[in-house]
Order: sequence, then C-alpha cells, then structure tokens
Amino acid sequence: MDYPINQIRNDFPILSEKVYGKPLVYFDNGATTQKPRQVIDRVIKYYYTENSNVHRGAHQLSNLATQAFEEARNYIARFIHAASPKEIIFTRGTTESVNLVCTGIQHLIHAGDEVVVTAMEHHSNLVPWQQMCEKQGAVFRVIPVTGRGELDLPEAEKILSNRVKILAVTHISNVLGTINPIKKLVEMAHRHHIPVLVDGAQAIAHIHVDVQELDCEFYAFSAHKAYGPMGVGVLYGKSSWLEKLSPYQYGGEMIDRVTFEKTTFNSLPYKFEAGTPNVADVLGMETALRYIGNLGIDSIQRHEDALLELATHELSAIPDVRIIGQSPYKTAVLSFVVDGIHPYDLGTLLDQMGIAVRTGNHCAQPLVEFLGLTGTVRASFGFYNTPEEVAMFIQSLKKAVLMLK
Amino acid sequence: MTIQEKSTSVVNEFSMFDDWMDKYAYLIELGKDLPVINTEYKTNNHLISGCQSRVWLHAEEVDGKIIFTADSDAVITKGIVSLLIRVLSGHRANEILEADFNFLEKIGLQEHLSPTRANGLASMIKQIQLYAKAFQLKSKQKE
Repeated sequence: MDYPINQIRNDFPILSEKVYGKPLVYFDNGATTQKPRQVIDRVIKYYYTENSNVHRGAHQLSNLATQAFEEARNYIARFIHAASPKEIIFTRGTTESVNLVCTGIQHLIHAGDEVVVTAMEHHSNLVPWQQMCEKQGAVFRVIPVTGRGELDLPEAEKILSNRVKILAVTHISNVLGTINPIKKLVEMAHRHHIPVLVDGAQAIAHIHVDVQELDCEFYAFSAHKAYGPMGVGVLYGKSSWLEKLSPYQYGGEMIDRVTFEKTTFNSLPYKFEAGTPNVADVLGMETALRYIGNLGIDSIQRHEDALLELATHELSAIPDVRIIGQSPYKTAVLSFVVDGIHPYDLGTLLDQMGIAVRTGNHCAQPLVEFLGLTGTVRASFGFYNTPEEVAMFIQSLKKAVLMLK
Repeated sequence: MTIQEKSTSVVNEFSMFDDWMDKYAYLIELGKDLPVINTEYKTNNHLISGCQSRVWLHAEEVDGKIIFTADSDAVITKGIVSLLIRVLSGHRANEILEADFNFLEKIGLQEHLSPTRANGLASMIKQIQLYAKAFQLKSKQKE
C-alpha cells in the first residue's frame, strides 16, 4: 500500500498555516510534533462528555473516565510491549520520568558508587544524575562519543563495572540522530547487574520500541514528541525495579492507608502517580500512539529514512556544509553547520522563508562543545513531511547561504 | 546629527524595503561593514549575556563622548548592533540615557525577532545604557 501522505497531512490542521505569508515547512519535530485532529478531538471529547475524577467516585461518569484512563494504560503497555500495564507510570514527560527514577533510586546509591551516562545525553538525562551524584558523593562517569557521532563501545565496556549502580542512555540522539545499540549496551550492563534507563524521547514516534526485547529496566518518553499533547508522558519500569524505588511525590492517588503515625502506599502503578492525573492528555496520548500504530511504525520509518537520505544527499552537495553525526544508524534528525556562517543566522533567514528548524546547542551543551561547535542547525522530520518540503528547505538554505557568505 | 535625527534616517532607510528578506540582506551588509573591534576587547568581560550568538561590546569615553565598538559571531546580530552603534555612539552619556529606542520598533525589528533574539536585543540596549550610566557617575564624581 502506498504511504497515505495526503490523508495524513489533512489530519494536521496546523500544516496548512502560513508563516510570513509563506507555506509552513515544519522541520522542528525533534522539539515537538504537531497534533492530528483525532488527538485534539479526543481531549475535547473528554471535557465535553466524560470529565470526572478517576478511581474515586461511585458514579457512572467516574467509572467511564477510569475505564478510559486504564484502557489507555493497557494500550500504551501493548504499544511498547511491556509485560504488564502496571509497569506504565504516567508522568509529565521524559524529564519527569528521569527525575522520578533518579529520586527513587537515590537511597540505593552511596558514596563511591558510580553512575554512568553518555556524552550525547540531553540535559534532562544528564543533569538529574549529575546532581544526585553530588548529593550522594557518587562518581559521575560519561561514556564518550566518537567523531562519527556514535557511542564508544570499547570505552563503555571499560567504564561499566560492579561499582556502577545505573546506566542512563538515550535511544536516539536529539542532536546527531544516531540510534544507539541499546540491546548491546543493556547486555554489557547486565553482566555487572547494572539497571539501564533509556531516554526514548526521540525514538518513540520514529522506530519500533519493544522494552522486553531491549530488556532495559526503565524507558522514558513524552507524548508531545509523538503527535500527542504537551505535559504528559510515560515511565516504563520493570515491576521488580519499580518496587525497589521509593515514591517520588506523596499524596492523593498513591496512598493506601494513612494514620497520623504511618502511611502505607498504593501498589504499582499508583505508587508513583500522586495527585489527580492528567486524564484528558493521557487519552490524547493514547490516541496519538494509536495513530502511529495504525500507520505502522515500520512504514513511518521507511518514509522518514527516505526523507533523511534525500536531505543528506542534497545538503552534502552544498559547499562548506558539514553534516554533524555520520553514523549509518540514524533516523529523522539531520544536524549540520555551514563553515563560516553562524547557525543562528541561517535559522533566522530560513524562518523568514517559512522553514522551521532549530538552531543552537539543542539542550546538549557538553556534546556540542565536545564536537568543537557553538551550535548546529537541526532539521528533524515527522511522518507528515514530504520530499517537496525537503526541496523547499534545500532551496531556501542555498539562498540563505548566498546572502550570508 | 542628534540621536533623534540619526534614528529617523535609519527608519527611513528601512522603509525603502517592502520585503523582510531585503531588510535582512541590508542588515547583513551592515553587519559585514561594522568596523572590527580591537581583539583585546573580545573577552568574556565584554560578552553580553542573554544572546544566542556571542556579542562583545566595548565603550570608552573620548572628549566627554562615549564611543561604542562591538562584534558578534553571527552577522545578522552584528547588523543589529551596528544600527545601535550608528545611532548612539559618539554622544554624551545623558543623551544616550534620554534616548528613545523606538526606532527599532518602527523598523519592525523588535516584533520580527524571535523571542530569544528579542531578549538578546534587550540585553544589548541594557548594556549600552549601563555603560552610559557608569560614565555619567564617573564624570559626576570628578566634578
């Protein structure tokens, strides 16, 4: 079957908006994706016809809302191939998911222990660990990146040891687009009984994610980078590990029984869901993931890989362009610099021509510094982007380079 | 020319371009023409925080007038800085402190800049005003 690009684009009202009177070419999907009307409608429908608090009321509306909420959890568990829906914790997004694990595991990390991240982490999967290490007197270690933009696996092998208490690694680099060999890293880590947290923010909407196959202990992602609402996301955790973590926040849903002397906590997943959850946006997230599921992640990846290949090919033909991130295992993200031109100047002119890209350090300052750059221009694709948009982007970029040289 | 007269001439120049791409092309030319700042001033002390690109601004007083020199690693930013310098450099501290910066709004620059760039512009203006204030205090102390 042909990829239904027209039908997809029709589902996204914002894609027909104009900027400065020019058609919008949205290539900032790594920052956030647009939302299809199905997702917007789902959130609206909840407030129009279903709104009530979950898990509490003894009335019909509350039962319906609870059912819908738990069905969303079931679907999301199936989407990432979790062993059980109780391993799906709803959070505000990837950053909160990482912070939840970081706070929850803190009591198991002592002075002299080691915590390992990689040099290509987003600040959200780096700073929480760094700060926790400072508090606990633990050693913060970093797996380096090669010049091609891949993790240095021989170095990883050396760094991972019995002293390491957790490894936090991104599935796909938001700067380089590199797809990391998570399965291999997890195997390496497990030889030393190290749990692994995977930051899946850039992966969930672009490649197949099967947490049981990866065998990672934790997997974090946000809805808004996967065509869903902002402010909601998921932490997947193996039950055995979620049981070991201490609660992250206290109150509301996560309580089992309270007396003035003592409180006992609810079972999984509710132990980590304090307060009234963001029901409407959880339902929106479910709808977004179902949208991805219906299209099929494999056909999405084929489509986006073709865009990446086309854009890479066209970009390479422009003089002085350097593509940052040369791994053969890449998807949906294309970072580059043009020698002698500041990324910010390119971004400004591209914006003026209706092309939305991101410029700067992409919340990964250590990586950008390591690469000897002050920033890059990043074009990141979604399943609704087209070869025609890539052509417009390349044409506009050539014009911008001409003006700035 | 007074600051006011110079502002007016900048606004008139920009009003000749209908298309924003042409305005940017002009800003880029201005940026490229901005005299090079003495490298000894391209230090962290002269960096203005709040800009996505790096901007260095130096000020000195010559015969009671403040002379600004600046540089940036982004050329559009340099163009914007050069406008500020053209209008404000070579004037007395009190003139700069009383100056109306609305010529930037009149060009449409402020509303056209992304929030990060607009913040950078605000930081540049603040830094220019701080320099003027510092020189004013210094001359008052002398009196």
